[in-house]
Amino acid sequence: MPMVQPRSIRRRRLVAHLALLVFVALVVFPLLLVISISFRQGNFATGNLIPHDFSLEHWSLALGIPWERPDGSVVQPPFPVLLWLWNSIKVAVSSSLLILLLSTTSAYAFARMRFAGKAPILKGMLIFQMFPPVLSLVALYALFDRLGEYVTWLGINTHGALIVASLGGVALHIWTIKGYFESIDGSLEEAAMVDGASTWQAFRHILLPLSVPILMVVFILAFIMSIMEYPMASVLLLDENKLTLAVGAQQYLSDHNQRWGDFAAAAVLSGLPITVAFLLCQRWIVGGLTAGGVKG
Amino acid sequence: MPPPSAFALPFNNPRSRRSGARRGAWSARRPVISMYTTNASRGLPRHRSRHTGERYSRWAMRALMALLTLALLWLVVGFYLNGQWMFALLFLVLDAALAIVFTRRQLMSHRYVFPALAGMGVFVIFPLLYTIGISFSNYSSSNLLSEQRVREQLLAETYRVPGETFSFQLFAAGDSRVQLFLSGSRAAGDGTDSRVEDLISPPVRLDEAPATLPLKAASAPPDAEPLGVRAVIRNRQALGELTLVAPDGTELRLAGLRDFAPIQSRYRANDDGTLSDRKTGGTLTPDPASGFFVTDDGQRITPGWPVAVGLDNYQRVLFDPAVRGPFLQIFVWTFAFAALTVVFTLTVGFVLASLLQWDQLGGKATYRTLLILPYAVPAFISILIFKGMFNQQYGEINLILESLFGISPDWFTDPWLARGMLLIVNTWLGYPYMLLLCMGLIQSIPRDLYEASAVDGGGPLTNLFRITLPLIIKPLTPLLIAAFAFNFNNFVLITLLTGGAPDIIGASTPAGTTDLLVSYTYRIAFQDAGQNFGLAAAIATLIFVVVAALSLLNLRLTKVKV
Repeated sequence: MPMVQPRSIRRRRLVAHLALLVFVALVVFPLLLVISISFRQGNFATGNLIPHDFSLEHWSLALGIPWERPDGSVVQPPFPVLLWLWNSIKVAVSSSLLILLLSTTSAYAFARMRFAGKAPILKGMLIFQMFPPVLSLVALYALFDRLGEYVTWLGINTHGALIVASLGGVALHIWTIKGYFESIDGSLEEAAMVDGASTWQAFRHILLPLSVPILMVVFILAFIMSIMEYPMASVLLLDENKLTLAVGAQQYLSDHNQRWGDFAAAAVLSGLPITVAFLLCQRWIVGGLTAGGVKG
Repeated sequence: MPPPSAFALPFNNPRSRRSGARRGAWSARRPVISMYTTNASRGLPRHRSRHTGERYSRWAMRALMALLTLALLWLVVGFYLNGQWMFALLFLVLDAALAIVFTRRQLMSHRYVFPALAGMGVFVIFPLLYTIGISFSNYSSSNLLSEQRVREQLLAETYRVPGETFSFQLFAAGDSRVQLFLSGSRAAGDGTDSRVEDLISPPVRLDEAPATLPLKAASAPPDAEPLGVRAVIRNRQALGELTLVAPDGTELRLAGLRDFAPIQSRYRANDDGTLSDRKTGGTLTPDPASGFFVTDDGQRITPGWPVAVGLDNYQRVLFDPAVRGPFLQIFVWTFAFAALTVVFTLTVGFVLASLLQWDQLGGKATYRTLLILPYAVPAFISILIFKGMFNQQYGEINLILESLFGISPDWFTDPWLARGMLLIVNTWLGYPYMLLLCMGLIQSIPRDLYEASAVDGGGPLTNLFRITLPLIIKPLTPLLIAAFAFNFNNFVLITLLTGGAPDIIGASTPAGTTDLLVSYTYRIAFQDAGQNFGLAAAIATLIFVVVAALSLLNLRLTKVKV
């Protein structure tokens, strides 16, 4: 804290608080609005932030339960939101586990071993991770289309294809884990090796248990990235029952038929767990996002 | 973490101890570096393990690898036989690499990195090369199948030989089966009636009839009342799928509610690769330059097959006015969008970070959590929230503007307002990242600099622009470049919010005023009719160049230590 303090500090503090509060209000407004809309009646009703015509219709529909209106008509759920959420989670968990498995072993080799081509491979990974998969969607589509003729669970319109395709993004995670491994002193593993452990055993029984925190971070990161992945899923998945949430959610707001209220409930239902998970783990995630990917 | 005893046992194995000794010999040949590294028992002969469990698991691994190698080889052969040599080559390379890495003891370290590298190779590098390859071809929805498949498809085409018809009747044959009776008067094209045999089919259930049904000669219609036209209409689809084969081999198909007519395959393959058209009497010649069969008078027959067209796609992008105009407009907008996004998010993030670093301010943790909320909500949800809020008729934003100022802007139909909306939304989405970056960097600035400034009478603005900004801008630059590259390719935002709308008038490809190059590419490839993969790939290749330049610049700036 600076020892010399300028005058009029109280007024300045007040202004800062005021500015921050206004800004926070602006930022949080859309989120509060959506929560409020999800409890309003009708799909495009106006009203206050605290709804006066409170209704659970949208929530019931989002949870897949048909809703009976007061006039006796029964509204069927427009889209299988819970199924989409389940698809998203299925894909995200399997692809995160796969990514974790592959990037951990690779990161170990990059952090602890010397081998031919290590530096160029690492640099190459940094370059290639900047190419977004959107650009090669035609090629990816063709690849899975052809692959599906021989391996059915890897064809178009399968979750297998989506899971496997996420392997293209391992570079970022390898860098993150590698950075963490390098921060752990190697003497423990060295001691194990002196006692006769093989390289694999030293990795498996010494380094891995020490690295659980970073593995959790990478898992959560990969999970969130996979949940939010849109372009690949939009091209690879066709059936309504196969869609992930990221692709399916936009159907609520198609140009012809905007279901603003139904969307709000579905958005809160599916977005809230992810948001809360992110906020709970923000300390680690932020470290991984801002430093690991870029720093050597 | 497991207790030490849990992993003490497997270490006591003689093979590993020996490998430890050899490793010492290896490092003696190399300059010793301070970081502890291992060479993963490189180049050592494997000894038969004394532990049966380990021996079995080792054999299981070998069997698994062999199976994987064989499975990949099977894929290679399959692709090769199908004429898809690009894919055959990809999996051949993959398989060979797998076999080499997992059989040679010298490549022990590479085994650890191989799976991840293979994943990147197949799903990042190969698609990249393949896209560049497509950009030199006319691959599109009209030139999709291989030449072989196009030929097969044409040869399978049939046509009705004109003028000849058989009138038919349906007869119930009990057990919900029917018989088809084709009456023997055959109306020839020249108007004369030539008397041929009556034909009759075996009794058959129409809903599970075989595709072809042999007919045999009959002397008289079955001894029953024929079913009426109504029954024919009811079974029209099943009848339409039937092919009747007369005793002389002529194939007959449904040609109306009362008639069957002989059909014939339309094209006959000639030895020189051309096809003869039985219907018109002409010849179809395969044209390797355009990838179509062409008729004698030069007309193209769809479908075609992809062929190399050299630089045609690039020429269209650069010189065809109907493509170049929208392309240049989108190109400029893409750069402007990415640059403005970085400037706006950085400004907001930096100002907020400076505020939050201020020691005198209370409640910083709460502010911080609230301020990074936009980052925590999944983007596909928050973008859609904004789509609803900006809705021109019912959206909350226009309702508020209407009641306050009496205006209701056309956010989705006016190009400039749509662009403004994109920037607003993207700033909302992107500033928390900059905030977090700036906060991290500001924390590393020595506090005594600010004290010195205070002694010399510097105010907060002086501090901001003379101390904070200059000190964090250098470590921030590579991250800003990465953010630029990300927004340069911010496909999700555009697709979910505007979908590129409003459209550019007079463009020959689907192009919108708010499209970025990526979404433009996506629309050319996957939206609307046409699906011009070749052109899309050419534009994607141009974006590759930009991205590669950015990432090389980034690599140079960060001075990555590997």
